[in-house]
Amino acid sequence: MIAFILRRLVQSVLVMLVVSLVSFVMFRFVGDPIAAIVGQETSIADRETLREHLGLNDPVLMQFLGFIGRVVQGDFGISYRLQQPVMELILSRLPATLELALVSGVVAFVAGVALGVYTALNRRGVAAATIMSTSLIGVSLPTFLIGVLLIWVFAVELQWLPSFGRGETVTVGGWTTGFLTGSGRASLVLPVITLGLYQMTLIMRLVRAEMLEVLRTDYIKFARARGLSNRAVNFGHALKNTLVPVITIAGLQLGSIIAFAIITETVFQWPGVGALFINSVQFVDVPVMAAYLLLISFIFVVINLIVDLLYYVVDPRLRVDRASARH
Amino acid sequence: MNSFARAWDSDIAYSFRRSPVAILATLVSLAIILPAIFAPLLAPYDPFNPASLNLMDGFTPPGEPNAFTGNVFLLGTDNQGRDILSAILYGARISLFVGFSAVLFGMVLGITLGLLAGWRGGWVDSLLMRIADVQMSFPSILIALLIFGVARGFIPQDMREELAIWVLIVSIGLSEWVPFARVVRGSTMVEKNKEYVQAARVIGVHPARIVSTHILPNVLGPVLVIATIHLALAIIAEATLSFLGVGVPPTQPSLGTLIRIGQGFLFSGEWWILLFPAVTLLALALSVNLLGDWLRDALNPRLR
Repeated sequence: MIAFILRRLVQSVLVMLVVSLVSFVMFRFVGDPIAAIVGQETSIADRETLREHLGLNDPVLMQFLGFIGRVVQGDFGISYRLQQPVMELILSRLPATLELALVSGVVAFVAGVALGVYTALNRRGVAAATIMSTSLIGVSLPTFLIGVLLIWVFAVELQWLPSFGRGETVTVGGWTTGFLTGSGRASLVLPVITLGLYQMTLIMRLVRAEMLEVLRTDYIKFARARGLSNRAVNFGHALKNTLVPVITIAGLQLGSIIAFAIITETVFQWPGVGALFINSVQFVDVPVMAAYLLLISFIFVVINLIVDLLYYVVDPRLRVDRASARH
Repeated sequence: MNSFARAWDSDIAYSFRRSPVAILATLVSLAIILPAIFAPLLAPYDPFNPASLNLMDGFTPPGEPNAFTGNVFLLGTDNQGRDILSAILYGARISLFVGFSAVLFGMVLGITLGLLAGWRGGWVDSLLMRIADVQMSFPSILIALLIFGVARGFIPQDMREELAIWVLIVSIGLSEWVPFARVVRGSTMVEKNKEYVQAARVIGVHPARIVSTHILPNVLGPVLVIATIHLALAIIAEATLSFLGVGVPPTQPSLGTLIRIGQGFLFSGEWWILLFPAVTLLALALSVNLLGDWLRDALNPRLR
């Protein structure tokens, strides 16, 4: 157990080191960091002093260690384009992304499980068949096209919902939230559908497949033979056993939601971290790019680590296999 | 029996003839791919030649004569008087070029690394497969986006536009090598213990030659299926990146770029600038995807 955790930890740290190396190389060798800081009138002598002062003449390894030291303290330098500390920029935009991702994740999970259970229990019904074939379209539509089509229908033609931005936001203890205002909640609807649709179909298909599998097992037949109500069999026994793999997959999808938020944020001009990253790629704003690279990798590494450990805790077979393999 | 009759009688052709979905998907993909290849001959206008554009033709609705010039455009025009049909033909050309090249690049890289990992085994294998595991835990569109961003940073400013399309191909290709490598590695590990490989070893054939002429042809089967499905994925990835404004340069608009432009005119009511490129992209991605699904089932002996 401990060896397994250690191995996964070492692997995660290695991944983060590689990502930091890429970030550092970008940071240090793309363009001239001095030219990005000083104005045009600065003399060559002043530039050299600054270079020495910032440690840019040190051995590269020392610079890399210094870079990691600063990153751990949350110092990602100053954005070339916006002339603000990168950390400040990201922190100010993080609430928008997290709110969007959280709501999408919850909606996708709840709706996905509900539809999955429904289609599994009413396998031969017309409604279930319709849901299943519609979900195929949901999987093959690219995210950005879903967003654009939703804007067209609900914002342009019907004019029910806003097509861009977060609406009015309220600041609660440094966290800007759109949950508390009507326009904030209305602005969430279309981006949440855009971001959650794919994940929802994924979870729905998974729940349906797992549920059909579980419904065929002997203990479900036995539960029915005992005369338990449909409700108790379907939800108390079948659904419960379906949810273990579903929760792990849903956990892994959390990272995907944050990644796909880049696309959704751009379509809806949502002022989040993803839109900031796209802008930084367009304008080659290296400090923001490097910081985003580190941030998103960190999120993914942590999520994967947690899911791996959860697997280990939830599924006793994994532990048995490893123990017996050693003998 | 001539070769055509033999092909007609083969299992795969039989399965194709029996599948209406596969036939329809082939027809739709050909209806997009062929005109795209011959775009310079077929397109009614040259959408990238500013001299042929007339601003008076701008915003002509599809199929109706323009209010000022009386010109008729089958699918309408955009704000600069550019014919949407011609723009789609040229755009699909770029989307397909990037998609095919990216899959080709990812495929060659994946096959090479898969052969290497499967043949050598040991630390080479574990290193490559660890990298593959880590990469698979990120969504491929994110990988492509990050590689594209990093690569753009390293290219000198004056060459960025020029090289953008190649950087895009490499980024999408690098984001999709893993499934190829895994499948090839698996089959290589099976093949390398078979007698024909051992016989080749015994008579002293060079390992590089064994891998390339004896093992490679025997592991290529499943690769074709993965390549078809990933072609659809690559086309969507390209469209997504171009839609985000970080893909192909504005001088070479792909279907994604056209959809991005079209979105800007939704609110003023010029729906055709968005709709036609979007439908083309969707039809293309969907039909290639269905073809991939059909191919997977047709080549799978267990499903017959």
